[in-house]
Amino acid sequence: MTTALAVFVADRLVHLSPVDVVIVVFYFALVLAIGFYLKGQANTSEDFFMAGREMTAWVAGLSFLSANLGALELMGWAAASYQYGILATHWYWIGAIPAMLFLALVMMPFYYISRTHSVPGYLKLRFGESSRTLSAVSFAFMTVLMSGINMYSMALVMKVVLGWDIHFSIWVSSLTVAIYVALGGLRSAIFNEVLQFILIWAGAALIPIMGLIETGGWSNLKAQITHNASNEYVHLWSTLGSFNNNPMGIHWTGIVFGLGAIISFGYWTTDFLVVQRVLAAKDLRAAKMAPIIGAAFKMMVPIIVILPGLLGLAVLPVKLTGETAAVASGGHSYNEVLPLMLARYCGPGLLGLGVTALIAGFMSGMAGNVSAFTTVWTYDIYRALINKDAPDSHYVSMGRWTTVLGVLISVGTAYLVMQFASIMDYVQALFSFFIAPLFGTVVLGMLWKRATNAGGFWGLLAGTLSSIGMWAWVKVDPTALRYVALSPNARDMAENMYRALWSCLLCFVVTIVVSYMTKPRSDSELNGLVYGATAIPHEAEVPIYQRPLFWAVVVATVFVILNIIFW
Amino acid sequence: MHEHGISIWFFIGLSLLVNGILITGAGIWELISPPANRVVLFQYHANVWWGAFLLLVGVLYCVRFAPGRHA
Repeated sequence: MTTALAVFVADRLVHLSPVDVVIVVFYFALVLAIGFYLKGQANTSEDFFMAGREMTAWVAGLSFLSANLGALELMGWAAASYQYGILATHWYWIGAIPAMLFLALVMMPFYYISRTHSVPGYLKLRFGESSRTLSAVSFAFMTVLMSGINMYSMALVMKVVLGWDIHFSIWVSSLTVAIYVALGGLRSAIFNEVLQFILIWAGAALIPIMGLIETGGWSNLKAQITHNASNEYVHLWSTLGSFNNNPMGIHWTGIVFGLGAIISFGYWTTDFLVVQRVLAAKDLRAAKMAPIIGAAFKMMVPIIVILPGLLGLAVLPVKLTGETAAVASGGHSYNEVLPLMLARYCGPGLLGLGVTALIAGFMSGMAGNVSAFTTVWTYDIYRALINKDAPDSHYVSMGRWTTVLGVLISVGTAYLVMQFASIMDYVQALFSFFIAPLFGTVVLGMLWKRATNAGGFWGLLAGTLSSIGMWAWVKVDPTALRYVALSPNARDMAENMYRALWSCLLCFVVTIVVSYMTKPRSDSELNGLVYGATAIPHEAEVPIYQRPLFWAVVVATVFVILNIIFW
Repeated sequence: MHEHGISIWFFIGLSLLVNGILITGAGIWELISPPANRVVLFQYHANVWWGAFLLLVGVLYCVRFAPGRHA
């Protein structure tokens, strides 16, 4: 009894009223109800792991985006915008939009026509079993770590906002995700992700609206940020000419080549967590439209993530600090800016919806990781290496149990993540370990017929090991930063970007060199896998306003205009 | 969307409808009985108009994607 009471009497930022509690409980009931409703539609492996490949472009596109809209997006980037200013928007625009459009127009045909179940599955078809195994094992490792980060972030919010015990929050949310994903498979995850996407907007959109009313509009907001922090916090590009002129300590080459060309392309085109949602589309055109729809909404996400962080800089009466300083001083950390803004404007009812939005974001990210982990484990590790010839029902059963096991491993990871001071930098480091080299391997595999099996494997391995090696080098000898990130002043994020750039370039070089030293595969073997050996369906008979290319141009135009406006 | 059963958009409509009712109700209650500890910009009564907006969208989606009705 004493323990149970202690869960609810800790220090808290806000107190939920009964109506707030009803809203949160209703959300949990609804996601579980969707899971139970869809259980009967997840009887085959194609249903459980691929959602029957019958999703429309809108559902696949919103799910594609929502799977990414987890803890990192909501709390982490609001914190980053408070810490680094509007520069954080780069992760939503140049760090996402070009890559999403590239996925839609260039890479999706090969993922879809090859009928692969996963990104490691594509590597198996293109480069053989060894590349698949390397990719699958590294992806599974990264995914459970990501899931643990989601859990930890959610528990942190619940502790700060509601005073809930961190262990209580982790177990309630993780068990809920385990139930609805294990019951309904990918279809349940996708349905809930679309619901969560809508709730995130419904719950979070009021913060920027009320914040802009309080500050008196965008111009006044910029003036207040300039007064409270610096003019450097409100410019997207104009401060990136030098490492020392902006809060992030980064040069424009790092943003353009490290983030825009490598990290974002690696994440949005090869991270199976997001690609899996698009593979569930009902046909090739829906699969190509889904990332474009996702890109259109991605451009708007800064309204509910970056803007609250900037508003926090302008209106919060307390100065937020890093996690370590906050713990030492008893103050608030950067990571608490979004809950603080929520508590500032949202009364009964709205507070419940805002808290629900945060929980929804965390759960969608967690479910995305768990469903992707389950598919890769079952298809690319268990079926490929352990049990090749089991009946279909056995793999469905394996998928359900792996979902539960994956959640339990993630819970363990969440406790591990608690030891790290900066959630964001940790995740960025993981990206550069695995994702950047993987992009090099996949894109060469799709666009260069001459790439061989040995070239793909050794390129991927060299890129991954070099990334880990550079990370360890800087950890052991911090002065190495001047070589890895081209500047001794570079911050962690800049270091991660340059490390991703070098590891991807090394992957390219090794793949090309080894490929020229080994025998290429014939065109017939590469049919459906690579440009020049695959017949891509034409869309000449489709009206222009229904063509993916048309909408990609529209999104790209808006993207350019936004960057100019906030230059 | 699912062609053989309840559409995801119906679930979304249901969620917005229930949340809209609860939030609008809480906002109206605050109008009648203003709390001692008020949020910033309390005078705008955001929970009334935001809740009403969610309620309206929820009703539209529930009707448009009601089970048994062809989308």
